[in-house]
Amino acid sequence: MTIPKVELKQVSKAFHGNGTTVQALADVSLRVMEGEFVTVIGPSGSGKSTLFNLIVGLLDPDSGDICLDGDVCANRAGRVGYMPQRDLLLPWRSALDNAIIPLELAGMSRDEAREKARAMLPMFGLEAFADSYPAALSGGMRQRAALLRTILTERDILLLDEPFGALDALTRRDLQDWLLKVWGRFGQTVIFITHDVEEALYLGDRVIVLSARPGRVVKSLTVELDRPRRRGMIAGGAFGRQMAELLEALGVTV
Amino acid sequence: MSDSTEHRTRPPRWLREAFPPALLIVLAILTWHAAAVESGLASFILPTPAQVIAAGWETRAILGQAILTTMIETALGLGIALAFGILIAAAMDLSPFLRRALYPILVASQTVQILAIAPLLIIWFGFGLLPKVIIVVLICFFPLAVSTADGLASSDPDLIALLRSMGASRGQVWRMVRLPSALPAFFSGLRVAVTYSVVGATIGEWVGGSQGLGLYMLRSKNALATDQVFFAMLITSVLSIGLFVLVYLIERLALPWYYSAQRKEQWEETGIF
Ligand SMILES: Nc1ncnc2c1ncn2[C@@H]1O[C@H](COP(=O)(O)OP(=O)(O)OP(=O)(O)O)[C@@H](O)[C@H]1O
Ligand SMILES: [Mg+2]
Repeated sequence: MTIPKVELKQVSKAFHGNGTTVQALADVSLRVMEGEFVTVIGPSGSGKSTLFNLIVGLLDPDSGDICLDGDVCANRAGRVGYMPQRDLLLPWRSALDNAIIPLELAGMSRDEAREKARAMLPMFGLEAFADSYPAALSGGMRQRAALLRTILTERDILLLDEPFGALDALTRRDLQDWLLKVWGRFGQTVIFITHDVEEALYLGDRVIVLSARPGRVVKSLTVELDRPRRRGMIAGGAFGRQMAELLEALGVTV
Repeated sequence: MSDSTEHRTRPPRWLREAFPPALLIVLAILTWHAAAVESGLASFILPTPAQVIAAGWETRAILGQAILTTMIETALGLGIALAFGILIAAAMDLSPFLRRALYPILVASQTVQILAIAPLLIIWFGFGLLPKVIIVVLICFFPLAVSTADGLASSDPDLIALLRSMGASRGQVWRMVRLPSALPAFFSGLRVAVTYSVVGATIGEWVGGSQGLGLYMLRSKNALATDQVFFAMLITSVLSIGLFVLVYLIERLALPWYYSAQRKEQWEETGIF
């Protein structure tokens, strides 16, 4: 049996503050295999972002274990490419210079890093905006710049936290297809958080449903759609049936 | 379309901006002249603008020397205040203990009466450069330290978390996030500091100097050469404004992102710049 790329074993996490305790995650177990695209949905506050902060190593679980590649369980910082919920571009760096941050951190010279990133700009639709500051970019461009930065961490595990959450429906659809193309090319292991059931089904090989706080895994659904995905699939019977299943797991009456 | 036609018919931006203050200054000078002539007051009470300029011109040799001295004191004081201010701000940022210990002392240092402490400094350190430099440091270092500390504290914790998730070291986080995000606040503090610095140096010279603009002012006052006092005041203002503008220009060069197109338009709408 192969080793999972990301494995959570009965992970719980609570936050303490102002005299109250918020149980964010309770007993979450999860295995993501190499090259898999897993989407995670759950109500607001169900601990999705907390899940990522734990995997990245910014937080430590109260109980349970988190392992990457089977054996890296402590000191996880720097092991995965993490794209947080806000794009978090540095306002004082141009789009290009934001994207090269991970390369610079890895010790590459600025010129070399720029050259490498510049070659990838066309794929991200940013070639005309390489030298623009984030304040001058549209929401979709900022997300693409943040995604390029995440890809340039050159990690084979990517955690994407609602990357398209703040975008309008049209831009969002474009970026979904574009993301699938980028993924098809690099083949990383992806965990993708979203609020949107349709997005979760359209993108993922598997959809994990978290319950309202405290977050627990209430469903893990294998998506019955072929790759490559096409927009037309959304109208198909399998899509509708699985969507209903997910909504039910989320507690929405269908 | 409508935008470009509008621009063609209107005078250039710098002219639109320079016109109101220039008009006001000209009006003020004319009023001043009229008041001085019509009131019949003696020129040692209220000289005319022309007399002020003439007095400055006549004493240009000593004035030049005085300006140089004052500028050197100001520059030295600012330099030391910069080093101290940044050091203290960094120390306060690195250690909450130091922050709690230093902050009240910082504030207290600003409540000390410069006019009271200046003579003491003269007694301790003589009539030379040192006591004036110390006064400039005392005045300038507070806005620098406080604004830099606030700037450092303002960096977005999410940005820091993101860099840490990429495996960044503490030093890399400082260089890439903490320092750049502190710069706008630092420059605001610097602008305040430089505008006070020249006045600080002249106070020191006034209280006990052997050279400088402050001494020139004191001597002119004692000789009832009011026109010279006015001229020295003018020079002090010009030096202060010059420093302010210099810092502003450096800031524009150093923080292009902060003054990126979008922001500039917002500023223009408010009519400040
Ligand atoms: N650093 C923290 N300190 C205290 N409480 C926190 C912290 N981070 C998260 N929480 C709490 O944990 C719970 C889960 O938060 P989390 O951000 O993981 O939710 P989420 O599922 O990502 O929500 P959303 O979909 O709105 O982004 C929330 O109730 C939140 O208030
Ligand atoms: Mg979240």
